Amino acid sequence: MPSSRTAAARAGTRSPGAGGAARLELLESLLVASSAAQCAERTLAWLQRRAGVSWGVCMAAHAGAGPRLVPVASVGVPVRRIEQFSVDLELGDHPLTRALLAAGPVMISPNGSRSPVTPLGRRDVQAISLAPLHSRDLPAGLLLVAPATRTLAREARWLSRVVGPRLAALIAALRLEESERRLQRERGLLSSIINAVTDPILLTDGEGRIIIANARAETLLATDDDQSEGRRRAVALNNMLFSAALTRHAIEGAEAPRHEVPLVDPVDGSDLLFELLSTMSSDAREGTGIVSILRNVTDLQRATAELEDNYRKLRQTEADARAERDRLDLVIDSVADPILVTDPGGNTVMMNAPAEHLFTAPEVSSEEAQRLVQANDAHFSSFVSNLFFEGGTLRRSGSISLVDPGTGAALPMEAISGKIVSEHGEVTALVTILHDRTEELERARLYEELKRASAELELKVREATAELVRQNELLRRSHIALEQASALKSQFLANMSHEFRTPLNAILGYTSMLLKGVSGELAAPQRRNLERIDSNSQHLLSIINDILDITRIEAGKMPLTVADFPMLDLIREVLAEVEPLIARSKLTVTTQVNDALPPLRSDRQKVKQIVINLLTNALKFTPQGWVTVTAVCDPVIERMAIAVADSGIGISPKDQDVIFEDFRQADDSPTRQYTGAGLGLAICRRLAAMLGGELSVRSALGEGSTFTLVLPRAPEDDR
Amino acid sequence: MMVQAPPTLVLLVDDYPDNRDIYVQFLTYSGLRVEEAENGHQALDKAFSLRPDVIVMDLSLPGLDGWEATRRLKEDPRTRDIPVIALTGHALAGHSKGAFDAGCDAFITKPCLPERLLDEIRAILAAARPRSGDTTP
Repeated sequence: MPSSRTAAARAGTRSPGAGGAARLELLESLLVASSAAQCAERTLAWLQRRAGVSWGVCMAAHAGAGPRLVPVASVGVPVRRIEQFSVDLELGDHPLTRALLAAGPVMISPNGSRSPVTPLGRRDVQAISLAPLHSRDLPAGLLLVAPATRTLAREARWLSRVVGPRLAALIAALRLEESERRLQRERGLLSSIINAVTDPILLTDGEGRIIIANARAETLLATDDDQSEGRRRAVALNNMLFSAALTRHAIEGAEAPRHEVPLVDPVDGSDLLFELLSTMSSDAREGTGIVSILRNVTDLQRATAELEDNYRKLRQTEADARAERDRLDLVIDSVADPILVTDPGGNTVMMNAPAEHLFTAPEVSSEEAQRLVQANDAHFSSFVSNLFFEGGTLRRSGSISLVDPGTGAALPMEAISGKIVSEHGEVTALVTILHDRTEELERARLYEELKRASAELELKVREATAELVRQNELLRRSHIALEQASALKSQFLANMSHEFRTPLNAILGYTSMLLKGVSGELAAPQRRNLERIDSNSQHLLSIINDILDITRIEAGKMPLTVADFPMLDLIREVLAEVEPLIARSKLTVTTQVNDALPPLRSDRQKVKQIVINLLTNALKFTPQGWVTVTAVCDPVIERMAIAVADSGIGISPKDQDVIFEDFRQADDSPTRQYTGAGLGLAICRRLAAMLGGELSVRSALGEGSTFTLVLPRAPEDDR
Repeated sequence: MMVQAPPTLVLLVDDYPDNRDIYVQFLTYSGLRVEEAENGHQALDKAFSLRPDVIVMDLSLPGLDGWEATRRLKEDPRTRDIPVIALTGHALAGHSKGAFDAGCDAFITKPCLPERLLDEIRAILAAARPRSGDTTP
């Protein structure tokens, strides 16, 4: 303002006189003008009054980027056309630009070449360039007025010097005001922005004093007197921690990976963790400061801790799962049956060792093995895909014919598959266990064979049984026939013996009568011959009697008459009967019988017959020496033994059975030394058996014989 | 002077002539009277008519056999008390039993020497004598 006053004073001093009062009026009105527009309006109004101007435009020159002439006020110009006066100052050949830069007032006439580009119309316009505030600046503006009067011409330069600086000053003031307003608005926005940031933001000076802090930073680091003791202490602690962090940051530099600042929330006392991000800011006026942003990483830390915890748990779970899986693998591998796990895509997810043997070929394997493995795979895939498409059933079993890739042997397999279904009902996998049915089938085959063989055997047994029945029937018939034949034989023998006896009876009778002299006395030779006849007849009779005995025994027609009798009596009786033979033999015959021998209960007649037979045999076959008859009883087993021993010729072992057969003697030759029919021992053995006892011999050739009759002391049914 | 009792009369029944002959000879030689019969009917006739002291009966006879003849003799009061000695060549069991069942008083198996038969006759007569003596006039 002092400069414009100086200019006005200078103008006043140069143009004193009548116009002096008018100029003063303008100067006063210009001084109180508060804006460029007011200043321009008053100038134009003054020109209307003072110089008779009817049309005018006052334009201000705006410097800076894109300098323009902008209309500020006008007179007699339609409002819609005002903007046409805005001129880009960089267009140097514009008449208005040239007028602006001219040294003095310029007349712009319409009949020039410039008419199409000016909005001046068909009038002559006086252009007055308005002087700048400072001489080096661009002119402050341009005043276009019409008509050009003498007064105007006279006042033009003065106007330029007076209105120009004032207009420039007002424009400058306006601009300053605008810029300050903008600055304040921006500052307010900035403050809202940093306050809106939840992370504390601070600007500190070189000594660490806080210059600017946002709301969050203030809660942590600034305190009021009315706050509680605890809060104040927390804030003091925070300041200490923050300063230490800043110092550490300054020492370690920005290269340090992270600067963490643990602070305390003064409101609730909880621990907070911040990450400090600091940047040096240099300002020419303010000096060096530090901008710090504290990023709240408390949640982050918690999250990290949780994350780590989760990760650790995950690892543990994973390890558990792996261990579980290892155990499962062990179990599965230890199963002898192949096990496969298939996913819904038909891919084998897992298989145990036996399954690998069937479905994977070692790299070094024959083409044949590879082909077999592929065939196995195809069979299995077909089975599994069928099952996947089947709805409903969770389990299925079926048969697959596989082949052992190693040996080429057929493996009839039973496959049992189970679907593994997720909680959403989706089939996630299929577990299949294959079981080799070879043995089972072999067993079944063997069983069938066994059954067949058994049936065959049964048939054969049945046939054999039928045959046996048939044979039995034949046997039975032949047995009957034999019995009939035997009965007929017995009858025949009985009849024959009768028929023999009748004539023999006559022979013996006549001989006896002759020897008794019934027919008169006999000469000695006649008597001797008659005796021979008698002897032979007696022998013949004994043979017939023996045959008859055997016949009776075999026909079961030999009745037993059982009674008690003392054995000693029987032996004495026998000895008495054979006394003639003993006397003739000159042998020493003794008996050894205990007086206390209990009585025997048996058929006396038959026992006697046996003993006589044994004794006569002994006498017959003992040329010299002795014969002993012994009888003993074993009270425990209730048996009595009667033995006849001799010092005779003896019997060879091979003949010891023969002698008990019918019509046999040890010497069976036609020229044998000893007479006899050879029926005696056969009859004796039969009689012994009838009596429940037995007859045996102990002998050696040349060493005599001992025949022993063992009998029960009483018949079985008697005891 | 003692009145001598008439000699014992034996009726000998046998179909085999030689055997009859032996016994007739020997019994006669031994002082007995002997009458012969060669079959059952003849035996019955002679027994009824002659009333012998003892009858020696061969069991195997043609026509009416010894058992039947003996049974009839024992059924008839005239001959009931006459002892019968059965004589047979059959030695099989059953023959002797059948003989006793028929009423025979003794049983002898052939071969039988003449003196043995005599012994048997004497023995059986001795047993029967007291009664016989009472009834004999």
